[in-house]
Amino acid sequence: MELYEMSANELSLMLREKKCSSEEITRSVLDRIKSTDDKVGAYLTVCEENALSKAREVDAKFAKGEQLSPLAGIPIGIKDNISTKGILTTCASKMLYNYVPPFDAFVIGKINAADMVITGKLNMDEFAMGSSTENSHFKKTHNPHDLDRVPGGSSGGSAAAVAAGSAVVTLGSDTGGSIRMPASYCGTVGLKPTYGAVSRYGLVAFASSLDQIGPLARNVTDAAMLFGTICGHDSMDATSADREYPDFAGKLNSDVKGLRIGVPKEYFGEGVDDSVKQAVMNTVRELEKKGAQLVDISLPSTKYALNAYYIISSAEASSNLARFDGVKYGYRTENYDSLIDMYEKTRSEGFGDEVKRRIMLGTFVLSSGFFDAYYKKAKLVALKIVEEFNEAFGRCDIIATPATPGTAFRLGENMGDPTKMYAADICTVTVNIAGLPAVSVPCGKVNGLPAGLQFIGKKFDEQTLLNSALAVEELYGETRPVNV
Amino acid sequence: MEYETIVGLEVHAELNTKTKIYCSCRNAFGLEVNTQICPICTGMPGTLPTLNEKVVEYAVKMGHATNCSINNVCKQDRKNYFYPDLPKAYQISQADIPLCEHGYVDVMLDGGVEKRIGITRIHIEEDAGKMLHNDAFQGSLVDFNRCGVPLIEIVSEPDMRSSAEAKAYLETLRSILQYIDISDCKMQEGSIRCDVNVSVRPKGSTEFGKRVEMKNVNSFSGAMRAIDYESNRQIEALERGEEIFQETRRWDDLKGENFLLRSKEDAQDYRYFPEPDLTTIYIPLEKVEELKKTIPELPNAKVKRYVKELGIPQTDAELIAENLQRCGLFDECVSIGGVSPKTVSNWILADVSKYMNETGKDISESNLTAEKLVKIIKLIEDGKISNNSGKIIFDEIMKNNADIDAVISEKGLSQISDDSAIEKIVNEVLAANEKSVNDYRGGKTNALGFLVGQCMKASKGQANPAKCKELVLKFLNG
Repeated sequence: MELYEMSANELSLMLREKKCSSEEITRSVLDRIKSTDDKVGAYLTVCEENALSKAREVDAKFAKGEQLSPLAGIPIGIKDNISTKGILTTCASKMLYNYVPPFDAFVIGKINAADMVITGKLNMDEFAMGSSTENSHFKKTHNPHDLDRVPGGSSGGSAAAVAAGSAVVTLGSDTGGSIRMPASYCGTVGLKPTYGAVSRYGLVAFASSLDQIGPLARNVTDAAMLFGTICGHDSMDATSADREYPDFAGKLNSDVKGLRIGVPKEYFGEGVDDSVKQAVMNTVRELEKKGAQLVDISLPSTKYALNAYYIISSAEASSNLARFDGVKYGYRTENYDSLIDMYEKTRSEGFGDEVKRRIMLGTFVLSSGFFDAYYKKAKLVALKIVEEFNEAFGRCDIIATPATPGTAFRLGENMGDPTKMYAADICTVTVNIAGLPAVSVPCGKVNGLPAGLQFIGKKFDEQTLLNSALAVEELYGETRPVNV
Repeated sequence: MEYETIVGLEVHAELNTKTKIYCSCRNAFGLEVNTQICPICTGMPGTLPTLNEKVVEYAVKMGHATNCSINNVCKQDRKNYFYPDLPKAYQISQADIPLCEHGYVDVMLDGGVEKRIGITRIHIEEDAGKMLHNDAFQGSLVDFNRCGVPLIEIVSEPDMRSSAEAKAYLETLRSILQYIDISDCKMQEGSIRCDVNVSVRPKGSTEFGKRVEMKNVNSFSGAMRAIDYESNRQIEALERGEEIFQETRRWDDLKGENFLLRSKEDAQDYRYFPEPDLTTIYIPLEKVEELKKTIPELPNAKVKRYVKELGIPQTDAELIAENLQRCGLFDECVSIGGVSPKTVSNWILADVSKYMNETGKDISESNLTAEKLVKIIKLIEDGKISNNSGKIIFDEIMKNNADIDAVISEKGLSQISDDSAIEKIVNEVLAANEKSVNDYRGGKTNALGFLVGQCMKASKGQANPAKCKELVLKFLNG
């Protein structure tokens, strides 16, 4: 097996047993990028020299016998909306085509402190708005399982790189499903942590009250290791939770005996492919055989979630993206004859259609006279959704649903119909609205394409989520990079 | 027809916290452009604000000082608009739940009449940067140093009825801000700014007229001019049968006129919504009470006490209380005691103020202390030195930090008040001026002045003049 095919957990052991060096692992991944990325298009920026020099630095530390973090020397790819000092951070937008942040995001500080090797920045939907990564200004990313299909979005590059083996693990961000959805389409594990578990400092904001950074990996153990590395309190993020976290990877346990798995009927209704429902239900029944208990639950407000989500996220986005005005950094139109003209042309030319659509939607719902009817009402729906989850968690420990209503669709298939595209988020948005953690884990294939099972957990109970995901992984086996 | 002018004010005061409101940059004025900045206050992508708790404390103090109720649970909101000096394109402020509301201040109008002005609300927010227009550069430049400087906005009820009342209100606010030491209140540095709302209505009417807001008012006297101008403009328009429109106008103090900035139809929609990057502000009630205890005696209460308990004339009391340094010195002198408060007040308003004005120094920066001032006044009141000598000593203290006793002995300023010594001089003078003595006794009473003058001369100016006069009279009438 090539080094790029190995999991972070395996590589971590090999480095300690001196069976390979970080430089060798890094070269293997860089070679894989070279041989696959023309077809997959996961990367926007490859940091070959930085990566190799970091790898050599880590090798030197190992040689000196230093105690290093479990992920030391392991290559990682970063979604391009996470600020990396000195490295382009474009958010896949023309607006930030030349933007190099003067500081590192909190998670990058953690990644660097853990001596991980950053191989580059990954493609995404522009400003994380989309479900297919087709909204990138720069390129389309293809699903390694079927290059004619989308990898999902918005963290499409992060999921595709892991699936293709052009990264061992990656970071994505999830505002309404942007980690779990591409993880599901690409047959990888993707964890959206509890809101507040991972600092947002340095994540270019889409919707501040919903955004979370999380790991994507080929197996649950790697995801747990990476999550354990990036979580933790940050005084620079007022919404960061001040609490201690367990050693998630060390405590992984796939025993599901006595685990109460809630199955909400609303997630298995209209709009979800029968074959996907079947794959998910088959999986939870297997867990039942292993001692888990299935509990029928109901989350009736789920039907309002998508509307509430698009109102709240667009409202926040319209404000968060207002700073891209051509004044200080990024794109500025060439010819203008006044300040207003400069603003209008810069923003008209710098943003893509989907971003503009959301800015307009968000601006509208916050406008005087409409605020109460939309934003306020959406916030009430959010409260109701939280209430229903709380109630449900009185009767179960985790909730199982499909991660996506279907499998990866064809490139271009949904581009003409935004509402159809938005519907792809139907299984994931409630989790962000309620600030809960959720994981997407592969649960077999449907028509030759990966299907994903989503577990939703109680706040800060990522351990139960990861344990349950591990139980599923044991049913289907660990994922290895697919042939591209 | 007679009209009544209605004025409401929105005052922005920069708080003098050490650091900015949402980052740890220094909060300082007048430093080189774009040196007090970081990725947070310049709104770089991905940065997040964290609230400086001192800002909340300062604002709560102002709330207490203006008799507001404190919303100890409140939130912050985004006010969205585009401008190059606002790098996030929104200002973090407070919309529907301000930190403080429903308060009032009592202001003293001319003639000692007190008037209560309602405070609608006080909220916290961040300042924007500053646009610089430079001939050497085509276009504009932005200095972001001011971005994130903490502000409180104090909104009044439409309770003022003239520019003079507005000025009295502004002065009251300024002295409160200085008393509780939360703002430098330097108008020329823009640390207090105000927006002025003016409407007029026929006298006796209870309904308000259409309100016009004026921006760019940069001084208290400018506020008075702006109010008088706008009030006249509206009255003249009504007299011509025209309608007043709710609009925003820009005051030009140099021209003494205002100009339409935008009409109600063009009013900006700021699309306020709760700031999702910040959590709810929660101040424990004990903390709210603790902050209340830090509020010192405020100017109005001081004036009342000075007049009632210390017998200081109203105008003098106001002048003393208006300035924190002056009233600090005054209160200290009075508490040391042994001297008449009125004399202390006279000294502070005359000699002390004069020196401060001439040198531009604060009392705290000078050599003067309450102990020294009380000592001088006591020496005068006890007849040990003359009033004139007191002023000489004062000057020596201010200029050379001289020791009072040393000055008296070096300059021979000590005054003869001893009866027997003066009696001896009086006897000699009366004996040598028999003609004047007879003149006086013959009814020419102006001879008294001559005789007292001769006594003073004989004592080389060191005799206590009052004592001299008293003894001369005693001999003449005896």
